[in-house]
Amino acid sequence: MLNAFLEALLFQAGYNTALVAIGAALLGIAAGGGGSFLFLRKRALVSDAVAHATLPGIGLAFMIMVALGGDGRNLPGLLLGSALSAMLGLIAVEWITRNTRLAEDAAIGAVLSVFFGFGVVLLTIIQTMTRGYQAGLESFLLGSTAGMLYQDAVVIAIGGSLAVAFVLLLRRPMTLVSFDAEFAATSGINVARMDLVMMGLVMAVTVIGLKLVGLILIVAMLIIPPVTARLWSERTEHVVFIAGGLGGLAGYLGAAFSASAPDLPTGPIIVLISFTLFAISLLLAPGRGVLAAFLRHKRFQIRVHRRQGLLALARGEVILEPLTRRVLRRERLIRRDGVATEKGRAAAAKAVRDESRWALARQLYQDETVYSRYDGLTPIETVLTRDEIADIDRRLGPPAPVM
Amino acid sequence: MSEVALELASNEGKAVAKPLPADSPLLIQELTVAYGEKPAVFSVDASIQPQSMTAIVGPNGAGKSTLLKAVLGIVPRLSGKVLVFGEPIENVMQRVAYVPQRASVDWDFPTRVIDVVLMGLYRELGLLRLVRRAHRERALACLDRVGMADFADRQIGQLSGGQQQRVFLARALAQNADLYLLDEPFAGVDAATERAIIDVLKALRGEKRTVVCVHHDLATVSDYFSNVLLINIRKIAEGPVATTFTAENLQKTYGGRLATAHIDQLKLPVA
Amino acid sequence: MGAEFVQLSLTPILIGILAAIACALPGNFLILRRQALIGDAISHVVLPGIVVAFIVTGTITTWPMLIGAAGAAVVAVIIIEAIRRVGRIEPGAAMGVVFTALFAAGVLLLEQTDTSGVHLDVEHALYGNLESLIWFSAEGWGSLLDPQALAGLPPELFRMAAAAFIIGVLTIIFWRPLKISTFDEGFAGAVGVPTTIFSLGLVIAAAVAAVAAFDAVGSIIVIAMFICPPAAARLMTNRLEIQVLWSIVFATLSAIIGYVLAGYGPLWIGRDHAVSAAGMIATVSGIILALACLFAPHRARIGAPKEG
Ligand SMILES: Nc1ncnc2c1ncn2[C@@H]1O[C@H](COP(=O)(O)OP(=O)(O)O)[C@@H](O)[C@H]1O
Ligand SMILES: [Mg+2]
Repeated sequence: MLNAFLEALLFQAGYNTALVAIGAALLGIAAGGGGSFLFLRKRALVSDAVAHATLPGIGLAFMIMVALGGDGRNLPGLLLGSALSAMLGLIAVEWITRNTRLAEDAAIGAVLSVFFGFGVVLLTIIQTMTRGYQAGLESFLLGSTAGMLYQDAVVIAIGGSLAVAFVLLLRRPMTLVSFDAEFAATSGINVARMDLVMMGLVMAVTVIGLKLVGLILIVAMLIIPPVTARLWSERTEHVVFIAGGLGGLAGYLGAAFSASAPDLPTGPIIVLISFTLFAISLLLAPGRGVLAAFLRHKRFQIRVHRRQGLLALARGEVILEPLTRRVLRRERLIRRDGVATEKGRAAAAKAVRDESRWALARQLYQDETVYSRYDGLTPIETVLTRDEIADIDRRLGPPAPVM
Repeated sequence: MSEVALELASNEGKAVAKPLPADSPLLIQELTVAYGEKPAVFSVDASIQPQSMTAIVGPNGAGKSTLLKAVLGIVPRLSGKVLVFGEPIENVMQRVAYVPQRASVDWDFPTRVIDVVLMGLYRELGLLRLVRRAHRERALACLDRVGMADFADRQIGQLSGGQQQRVFLARALAQNADLYLLDEPFAGVDAATERAIIDVLKALRGEKRTVVCVHHDLATVSDYFSNVLLINIRKIAEGPVATTFTAENLQKTYGGRLATAHIDQLKLPVA
Repeated sequence: MGAEFVQLSLTPILIGILAAIACALPGNFLILRRQALIGDAISHVVLPGIVVAFIVTGTITTWPMLIGAAGAAVVAVIIIEAIRRVGRIEPGAAMGVVFTALFAAGVLLLEQTDTSGVHLDVEHALYGNLESLIWFSAEGWGSLLDPQALAGLPPELFRMAAAAFIIGVLTIIFWRPLKISTFDEGFAGAVGVPTTIFSLGLVIAAAVAAVAAFDAVGSIIVIAMFICPPAAARLMTNRLEIQVLWSIVFATLSAIIGYVLAGYGPLWIGRDHAVSAAGMIATVSGIILALACLFAPHRARIGAPKEG
């Protein structure tokens, strides 16, 4: 199996597999990039409604194509139908949110379940139709499990490239809108139209991805990579590019992996690879990762207790809080009985001097920066320049001698 | 202890040995609360006097709401201790009433004015006891005290901001507590509501209860309150309004944000 | 409209009604808490929960399924919370990450597991199989009094009835703290309502409703019933008590009309195959919601939306 996986990775497993892998990678890039805008605009789950709303369109398109004498298998036709009903679903979400007291989450949930339910009704009608080639419609739910038709692979590859080109072309205005809609409006961007374009992109990705990952899981490709990227970067452009990269990687690895063995459906595999990347990031990312946050919180708590303890020492108070005692003990600032050591007295005097510096600074510099940072932990050096501090020290007199 | 340190400590105006008034309705010791990496409240000590009316005053973002929430245990404390009537607050919840900031709830919630006031009786009613006429009448009496008895059956979303605030106060009255904690009850209300609310609060004090109010209007502090707690992340000062609500202390609390001219207008005693 | 109805349609309709009500009850609170999509998330994570329970115990029986699904729902909610808090990611996106991944894991596990011999596959999970829950031993309305015939009632009926009953009783018992903590969480905490336990309890109740219903009717109905009847009910009234009653009415109507349309509708227009009952029930609930959005007395917003 490892061998098969490597072959698929290196495009040695046949023309179709290679095409699908490339298509999945392109789709992943477009979904990650496009999904970033949606995510940054705090509307990630709208894509879930859009995706589920494709189902009745697929059913109706099939029925119409059969009624017109075809076998209903024409992929572009089915995708056109799915796009139209997705658009209808999107309009319904917006209409409900705007015109009733229901919030967007209820609107999304209602649209996705009702459209999906109606789609299922249509599918059961289709199953009993005597004409048409209905096998394969089910694959729109969870994507195709085994090999894909050449024609479908081509559609995915071409659609994926177009979507990527689209993201690259429109990334500037979309970044602006998703970062700060008001500012974007003042710089001459039509925000409403950009929102529409963003949704168009989401719809395109959904429709192209239907055959590969299916409508239930396609939202994962739109949501997971952007959220992962967000853990690594605070800058919008970076989020878009990282998300595209992660999406592309997950798509490519997933398609190759799923081609290497039976029983490995492409959609779930892509989603799980994507989620694995996410889980690793959540654990390890420097700013927003679990590990970093935990360590930071511990360090922070110790800083607070250390500082409060030193100030209490300086005031000659007995320290009762166990954690404060432990922190001071560990640094040998107090003895076992709670009395300050030499080192502790020095540190306390320094803390007190810092406090006096702050107190004086607040008299001298009566502006917001100084006032809002008087939180007991901010070192004064990060707020005032060296000469300003020197000036304060001059006014305070010589530093406290340490006994 | 280093002499200099001691001297500096007394410069800060703090007593060396801390008294522990056990009868204080609310005693806060070294309370620190942080959201993420920045303390919103740092090492605050305060001792609210029995049967006083205390204003918590400070600029926006000074941690006033956070202080109340930490007292109630709604946000976690990073360090420090809170005693209510000499006990941890969990033991004396039934003696405390809290009026949150008005913006903190969904006013589109499907419920009537009287239902909101009845929520104040939750501790008495528990899970299953039926709401009897006596309960309803008590709730109506509380609404009457804030001048809202005629609005009992309105949907809460139909009320004006001032009326919503009165309903919150009526709910707190229904709790029949000994310590009232209010977060900016006068924010964005009309003059008539302000009058109605302050009358109720003063009456509470007359009934030997203690009122603590986050308050933003410096011009009315002297009229409304007996005590004041000035904070800006740290505690700046605490005490009777007459001696504590001074131009100097306000300057220390607000810094340059409060123009000296404006402080002068308040006609405060100069320490 | 006699023996045949009792034998073929009575139990599915009853199960449909019970499932709809069991889901609509917690749905009311989820909607008011702006957590409607938790319902969506739960109905997705039920699948991996059940698959894992099957892999562990080797059977598809009530308790392992319930525990597996409720466990999966709780795990999902905890991960969502962790992502939201630690990663500072907005709740919608955090939810999207978790439930899609868990659903994908469920599908994959299912593909890898030998489930021949038991009734467990993805399509069944999505659509359920309401039509098949018939009462074989019934011969007419009289069978309702015949102990022997009653013994042949499908077990799903009892399971669903138990779930609906438990959820109904819990809703009544905990009505007051649920209402208070949904309206004003800070105040609820201050009067001693354990708000965290209640939000988690709500999720567990929703998960129990979802797994009991899921087995009989599939996850489409579950999501639709979590959201559509309570949402339509919200537009009918401004009182929570009455809203909940309306939601029960709408849930019941959706189940009955949906089932009848699915089973008999095609015959009326001259086709001879029934369509998916689950899908039709969801569709009918959507039509009811659409009508409520257009005509209900309290459809427009008055209060300011909750901030943040
Ligand atoms: N839930 C929260 N998460 C993160 N930061 C918060 C939260 N609530 C308040 N803050 C921050 O803590 C500080 C104090 O807030 P608050 O107590 O509301 O101030 P005040 O009530 O005095 O205006 C502010 O800087 C505010 O931005
Ligand atoms: Mg505040």
